[in-house]
Amino acid sequence: MWLYALRRLVLTLPILFGVTVICFALVQIAPGDPIQNLLSPTASQEDADRLRAAYGLDQPLPIQYFIWIAKVLRGDLGMSIANNAPVATEVFRAFGNTITIALISVALAFVLSMILGVIAAYRSGSIVDKLITAVAVFGISVPTFWLGVVLVIVFAVNMFWLPATGMGASGSETFNYFNWEDFKFAIMPIIALALPPLGIMTRTTRASLAEILNQDFVQTLRAKGLSETAVMFHAVRNIMPQAVAMLGLQLGYLIGGSVLVETVFTWPGTGFLLNKAILTRDIPLLQGTILVLATVFVLINLVVDLAQSVIDPRIKRA
Amino acid sequence: MNEMKSPDLALIRRHPKPADPFVHVDDLKVRFVSREATVKAVNGVSFDLAKGEVLCVIGESGSGKSVMMRSLLRLHPKKRSVIEGTMMVGEHNITEVNEKTMGELRGSTISMIFQEPMTALDPLYTIGHQIAETVMRHEKLDRDAAWKRALELLELVRVPSPERRLKAYPHELSGGLRQRAMIAVALSCRPSLLLADEPTTALDASVQIQVLVLLRKLQRDMGMSMIFVTHDLGVAAQIADKVAVMYAGRIIEYGEARDVLVNPQHPYTKAMLASTIKDQRRGAPLEAIAGTPPDLRALPDGCSFAPRCKYAGPDCAVTMPPPVTDARGHMARCFKVGTTNGLLAFDPHIVEPA
Repeated sequence: MWLYALRRLVLTLPILFGVTVICFALVQIAPGDPIQNLLSPTASQEDADRLRAAYGLDQPLPIQYFIWIAKVLRGDLGMSIANNAPVATEVFRAFGNTITIALISVALAFVLSMILGVIAAYRSGSIVDKLITAVAVFGISVPTFWLGVVLVIVFAVNMFWLPATGMGASGSETFNYFNWEDFKFAIMPIIALALPPLGIMTRTTRASLAEILNQDFVQTLRAKGLSETAVMFHAVRNIMPQAVAMLGLQLGYLIGGSVLVETVFTWPGTGFLLNKAILTRDIPLLQGTILVLATVFVLINLVVDLAQSVIDPRIKRA
Repeated sequence: MNEMKSPDLALIRRHPKPADPFVHVDDLKVRFVSREATVKAVNGVSFDLAKGEVLCVIGESGSGKSVMMRSLLRLHPKKRSVIEGTMMVGEHNITEVNEKTMGELRGSTISMIFQEPMTALDPLYTIGHQIAETVMRHEKLDRDAAWKRALELLELVRVPSPERRLKAYPHELSGGLRQRAMIAVALSCRPSLLLADEPTTALDASVQIQVLVLLRKLQRDMGMSMIFVTHDLGVAAQIADKVAVMYAGRIIEYGEARDVLVNPQHPYTKAMLASTIKDQRRGAPLEAIAGTPPDLRALPDGCSFAPRCKYAGPDCAVTMPPPVTDARGHMARCFKVGTTNGLLAFDPHIVEPA
């Protein structure tokens, strides 16, 4: 098992190298000159060159890459061009805000989708099944930003139950998820984030369960006299490798792709930060954010692989 | 006068039955209902089976043999199937018992071995777990005792190095070992009736014989009744006490294994036996039965085999022939079968009743 884990870990290294190269290159091929954005239009060519040299932007690309990667490995993601703060600090603060609500959302979606998917597969064809399918399709097809706005209108503007946006008066420094007054701010973002994965995972749970329940061994289990609950337990364990893969994928999407939800709720997470970095052409910030997100995505997949090999003995261990 | 007994009683009874059949199936009908069509898979099957007897059910694919077996465990999807008739196993009428009782019978009184050892075991659990699970379900043993029983069972079915195999997953075993493990699962609660659905079909020829011999030995040692579905006549000859030949959901010939396999009377059984390979010259063409099995969604009136039968007369297609049984209990459903000297006799010149 540990050998397998180690081998998987080593195999992620080339992927991570690719990630850094792409991160680096993406920004280089983007049109526009960040230096020009910083300076006033009247600045002289000498000033521009001096600034360019200060940021290392006058070096050849491979050199720039190695300088950058050497710093990255020491935890230095450079300085943000827009506000001159260390990128690492900004990215990790934002990442902390995102990962918490993403984890809560995905955990919520996973548990609910398991329950709904099992019920739907078990009572396949019934009204309950159709109702669950309807909820799932709603979750998949509703645009999250629209849902976010509707949630704000209903629960914040009309009913005054929940705060509309932001992370509370204290901000992320002192935000405490176990404090109800703080947590209230997180409720609507969590719901908006959880709905699409809930829909997708409910559908896949139902579909893969239906497939498993058609397999021969399920008949053997029934022929052994096991109760339907025990049979369902076997079936659910058999869909776990797929479900965990889906879980990892959805978590990855939520961590990187929550730009819309975080913007609607002004939640100071990575999506919000990415949005800001792109609009201000803040290349170090953009690079740093993408790098962290991509690395986390790769690590999530590593964890998913390992989890699958624990659940399913057929996945080859070293 | 008290010593005077009617000497001919045994001969007069036209349906000799074992005194107390352990399994008594009477007029079993199974159909599968869907929006598109109704498939009549089993159309009135009756037979008796005594304790410790082996009944082999022979027939081609789609003749209803597997469906008939699964009915004895009520494994068909409840919503889409209709089961009618009587199926007595011991004192239980399988058609009528409630779900709870059925769950208790499954795997303990009646258990089943499936055709495909590759897919019939849960791939994510060890062999030991899958045996112990059954034992714990039915015999209320604790985990350790159940695993101890699992080990004994693997020894019983002659799995080499059983301690190691207990902790093995199904994919780590060969087909033959997996089928032995499957047999261990089926025998784990000492069933009185073992249903075997082509248990050797998916195995290599050499392994087939081993598994067959093992099954026969265990069946004798444990005194189980066994219903063994196969389309391999050689297997049937090896293992059967009684043989039933099924066609289109009916038993069309039934009797002692020797009677049916050596002295078949129904044209279908005759044709089937003629189409097996034995002692032919190389290059001599095999005799195949012309035509295809009937569509179970739209069964013709009359004898289901009539469209393929070279002896069929015009009236064979009108009504299903009733069973004709001789003194030895040999039964065939064919208008062209009568009895001579108390034994069934096929005679193509018999004119079927109008």
